[in-house]
Amino acid sequence: MFDTIRRLVDEQGRLSVAAATIGDDADLYATGLTSFAAVQLMLALEETFDVEFPDRMLNRRSFSSIAAIANCLQEIKAEEAA
Amino acid sequence: MCQACDSFLDRLFAKGVLHATGVDGLYGRGQAFEAVIEGMDRLITRFSAGDRAEVIRFPPGMNRGLFEKSGYMKNFPQLAGTVHSFAGSEKDHLALLDNIHNGGDWTGGQEATDIVLTPAACYPLYPIVARRGPLAAEGGLFDIQSYCFRREPSKDPARMQMFRMREFVRIGAPEQAASFRESWLERARDFAEALELPHHIDVANDPFFGRAGRMMASSQREQALKFELLVPIESAENPTACQSFNYHQDHFGALWDIKTATGETAHTACVGFGMERLALALFKHHGIDADGWPNSVRSALSL
Repeated sequence: MFDTIRRLVDEQGRLSVAAATIGDDADLYATGLTSFAAVQLMLALEETFDVEFPDRMLNRRSFSSIAAIANCLQEIKAEEAA
Repeated sequence: MCQACDSFLDRLFAKGVLHATGVDGLYGRGQAFEAVIEGMDRLITRFSAGDRAEVIRFPPGMNRGLFEKSGYMKNFPQLAGTVHSFAGSEKDHLALLDNIHNGGDWTGGQEATDIVLTPAACYPLYPIVARRGPLAAEGGLFDIQSYCFRREPSKDPARMQMFRMREFVRIGAPEQAASFRESWLERARDFAEALELPHHIDVANDPFFGRAGRMMASSQREQALKFELLVPIESAENPTACQSFNYHQDHFGALWDIKTATGETAHTACVGFGMERLALALFKHHGIDADGWPNSVRSALSL
């Protein structure tokens, strides 16, 4: 999952550095993620992982780091399984 | 006529403050209304007198190519208005007249022109500034006004589809843009107090479209990029935004490639006055008859 997230961050995030070089908890906004790029990333994550982010996750915090994104995806998967 | 059960809009019509056109949100303005708008323009000019802003006034339409580049359709497609025009043959013209006569669709054949309706007063400004090359060390400050269009028909007189927006726009280094907005947040309280309007200032977001928009709105709020001066007009629970204070960070600077004197991407901030909304707030709180307003308010407006 983390590798796929990193690939999408590279494709959509337009960061100043490669996603492979930053930690799971690094602040993506501090490395150049803009609000609009975060929206593009959100849409790419939905398509790739075949999920829909619920309204409560449509905020800045949900996409603030690789780990935050992974947590959201795991939470959605857990809710789907329940 | 029952004054108590008429809406605020009905009373504005009855007194000729506004004139109905048959379309919600599209009104003629009466003499009393325009006198208040002019008075408010003078008051705003007095509040900004020491700033030496460059004055530019825009028509209600802007260059479609520049509008497309502005990204407005990414965020607010539901609000935009485009200008279309007839460009057919004589035969097409006859068909058009036939459709109008028979109540058919005559607009389908209209062609898009190179003009769209201006969605916000500052949109036509950025490309003009960009064309001039890098900013001077002190950055730029502009005093602009335009009629704006937003497609949101409503019976609430404070939600017009065509209205005037006066703006001050600061373009420069991040700290220049941020301190400009801070200074106007303070001035705004004095401005509302001079007009004796009940008000408060709160963090806000733009009406971004769709699910992506929900994220943009939440992000805008979390970063406190937009504040509004709110005055109750149609309802106390949902007061009306009469002024807004926006910090765009480097969004427009990067989009239009506006550079500071040191070659950095410029940051921008703006303060916008909803002229019709402020006038309506005055008519709501001080009465439909402007002659009866408190002398202090009339004097602030030099009425």
